Amino acid sequence: MLPRKSHAAHARLLDEVGAVDQVGVEERVAKFTTRSIKRAAKLWGLRMAVSMTDLTTLEGKDTPGKIESLCRKAIRPHEDPAIPHAAAVCVYPSLVRCARAGVGASGVKVASVATAFPSGQTHYRTRLAEVRGAVADGADEVDMVINRGAFLAGEFSRVEDEIAGVVEACGPAALKVILEVSELETFDSIRAASFLAMGVLRPGDFIKTSTGKTTLNATLGNNQVMIEAIRDFYMDTGIAIGMKAAGGIRTAKQALQFLIAVKETLGDAWLTPRRYRFGASSLLNDLLRQAERERTGAYQAPYHFSEAAESY
Amino acid sequence: MPTRKTTAPRRSGLIFGDLWEFDPAPETADPKLKARYDLFIGGSFVRPRSGRYFDSINPANEAKLAEIALAGPPDVDAAYRAAARAFRPWARLPGRERGKYLFRIARLLQDRAREFAVAETMDGGKPIRESRDFDVPMAAAHFFYHAGWADKLGYVAPGRTVEPLGVVGQVIPWNFPLLMLAWKLAPALAMGNCVVLKPAETTSITALKLAEILQDAGLPPGVVNFVTGAGETGAAVMGHPGAAKVAFTGSTEVGKAIMRQLAGTDRKMTMELGGKAANIVFDDAPIDQAVEGIVNGIFFNQGHVCCAGSRLLVHEPVADRVISRLRNRIRVLRVGDPLDKNTDLGAINSGAQLAKIRRLVASGVREGASLFQPPCRLPARGFYYPPTLFTGVTQSHRIAREEIFGPVLSILTFRTVDEAIEKANNTPYGLSAGVWTDKGSRILRMSTELKAGVVWANTFNRFDPSSPFGGYKESGFGREGGRQGLLDYVRLAGGGEP
Repeated sequence: MLPRKSHAAHARLLDEVGAVDQVGVEERVAKFTTRSIKRAAKLWGLRMAVSMTDLTTLEGKDTPGKIESLCRKAIRPHEDPAIPHAAAVCVYPSLVRCARAGVGASGVKVASVATAFPSGQTHYRTRLAEVRGAVADGADEVDMVINRGAFLAGEFSRVEDEIAGVVEACGPAALKVILEVSELETFDSIRAASFLAMGVLRPGDFIKTSTGKTTLNATLGNNQVMIEAIRDFYMDTGIAIGMKAAGGIRTAKQALQFLIAVKETLGDAWLTPRRYRFGASSLLNDLLRQAERERTGAYQAPYHFSEAAESY
Repeated sequence: MPTRKTTAPRRSGLIFGDLWEFDPAPETADPKLKARYDLFIGGSFVRPRSGRYFDSINPANEAKLAEIALAGPPDVDAAYRAAARAFRPWARLPGRERGKYLFRIARLLQDRAREFAVAETMDGGKPIRESRDFDVPMAAAHFFYHAGWADKLGYVAPGRTVEPLGVVGQVIPWNFPLLMLAWKLAPALAMGNCVVLKPAETTSITALKLAEILQDAGLPPGVVNFVTGAGETGAAVMGHPGAAKVAFTGSTEVGKAIMRQLAGTDRKMTMELGGKAANIVFDDAPIDQAVEGIVNGIFFNQGHVCCAGSRLLVHEPVADRVISRLRNRIRVLRVGDPLDKNTDLGAINSGAQLAKIRRLVASGVREGASLFQPPCRLPARGFYYPPTLFTGVTQSHRIAREEIFGPVLSILTFRTVDEAIEKANNTPYGLSAGVWTDKGSRILRMSTELKAGVVWANTFNRFDPSSPFGGYKESGFGREGGRQGLLDYVRLAGGGEP
């Protein structure tokens, strides 16, 4: 057992999980961006990305009407029958019931953020109650935030215990642990936090980059650090943890680069919505637009796609 | 952490299969090749006296690309005479005027970057990703850098005056045809010398395409002359009495022959020869980035790199971790058509080089090292070799001593820092080395104790025109790049040699 709070605990955790060199990570991921994905391979990647999308709305102005239309979009993103449904809709806990009704038996999951998303700054008991409430309302998946304050103060056992508590509160629901990478800042910390979370997760649970509510979200760099941690954890324990890259992925091109990173780091077994997700809202329509481009040879105006925010 | 102590069975069952196969993504720019290339002497293309030509083939599919003129001694002599005629006016030109020509060459090369990248890939077999992102931009960078020096000769050796040497004979290898050409030409021209250069016989095309750029740049005739051919032509260039200096990049064996040939003459020499670099990974290294550095170190340009990190020395506590990650990493390297933008390992430069790689790999197997090659489908035609790892290698294995010049990594282990240094230095070569550790003080110690011209810390195969490059021991002498590289192309007036 690690000491509850000490410099030694920090040093020991970093020592145990190993160091990350930032320049090296950036050099590695730059190679993903030079891959050239064409024709059938592109179409396959685009459809896969659609099926991995957690279609998200996390705004104060969300209403049942908005959730209803989001669910319709997730179930049938496009009239082309070859386009699969999205992985999930991701909403605030108060709208889980509405989303549950909206997705019905379509196979689209209902994900709910919880634990005082996005800051996590409330009492632990309140955070647990929120998780239980979301699951009781019908959430299939819960997206929690870790206690970054405790992590940065070196209280690793507390971070770990809190995640374990949420795992229990989730019951049958899958858990996604948001590290909020922009607040951890260094790749070393992101790797350490990944291991801390994975240590108490169940197979099929996820670790996730960010809330989308801070300045820096998913990048190929922090995605790479996290999927390498998942790979190392899997090679050591045989436990397969999933990954969710959230926030900042707006274009199909970016999404394909993330998938190439998955293909070349974790392999084929992670190229499935059961193990890899995108948390995004505007990404979905760009994926569809690019898929239409591959199918018809022409780009459609944004307003041809439902729920498009951009128009003229 | 509780999970690290788990007793669950160790599995490494990652699947790198064909679930998501990439479609071909060929680069389609026109390389604008001519059917026949003549010699470039005195500013124009001239037929060889002998009238003989040889074929240059594409190692990716063994198809003929062009005919290249075979230069004999009379052609080499003509090139030296043209250079000698051009020397005095060129050397007397103000530095800033010479600089203008170099800037012009650099810009014209940038303008035609895609065309040159495709030509380089077709001629030499390297992946288009590398010729596009490394060879061509880096060649242009060398011209830019040295253009900047041309009008600053007073700062090359502060307190002394520098003078050009005269006509310089240069012979370059086939692994980085255009880049080596730039390394040789740019400093020589910036310092006011004239050049007779022979490219390697398998990769002459981009040099002759650059000759077109030299014409477009209006470079005075004779300042640069290209003679093409094989070893005999090279010997004629190196041995010509008109050369004030010779510069050679290539194998240690040929380098030694040139030095024997020139012993007793007053010819200045620089030699950039073979290597068997140690890439040293300590237990505190960032493992994944080290693995990436190992891959860059040995599989860059199919391992046809004199400073390739061909010996991996890995600290015993992390050896298993490093090797298992390395295996997974090379499973996703894509071997095949060099013109495909997704290719990581292209074609081996020639059938002869492929035979040499096969021979040395067979010796490794025979001597008991264990071989790992990921499954990969190689094209039916052309010269290809899969990425190869040898574990269980010791210092006395041939594959740990001889330069293979192919995508073959020999993995050795060590226990202490001293042992790492001892093993790294236990080679006749000394061109480069790599050190991977989180500890800054260890990097500093290693950089002083490793007998290598370049020591990379937490990276490998990084180059910059401002950074001198060259060897220790049988890896040669003289430096290329940086201020040090300029000193090899000047005579210091009013004093001794530098």
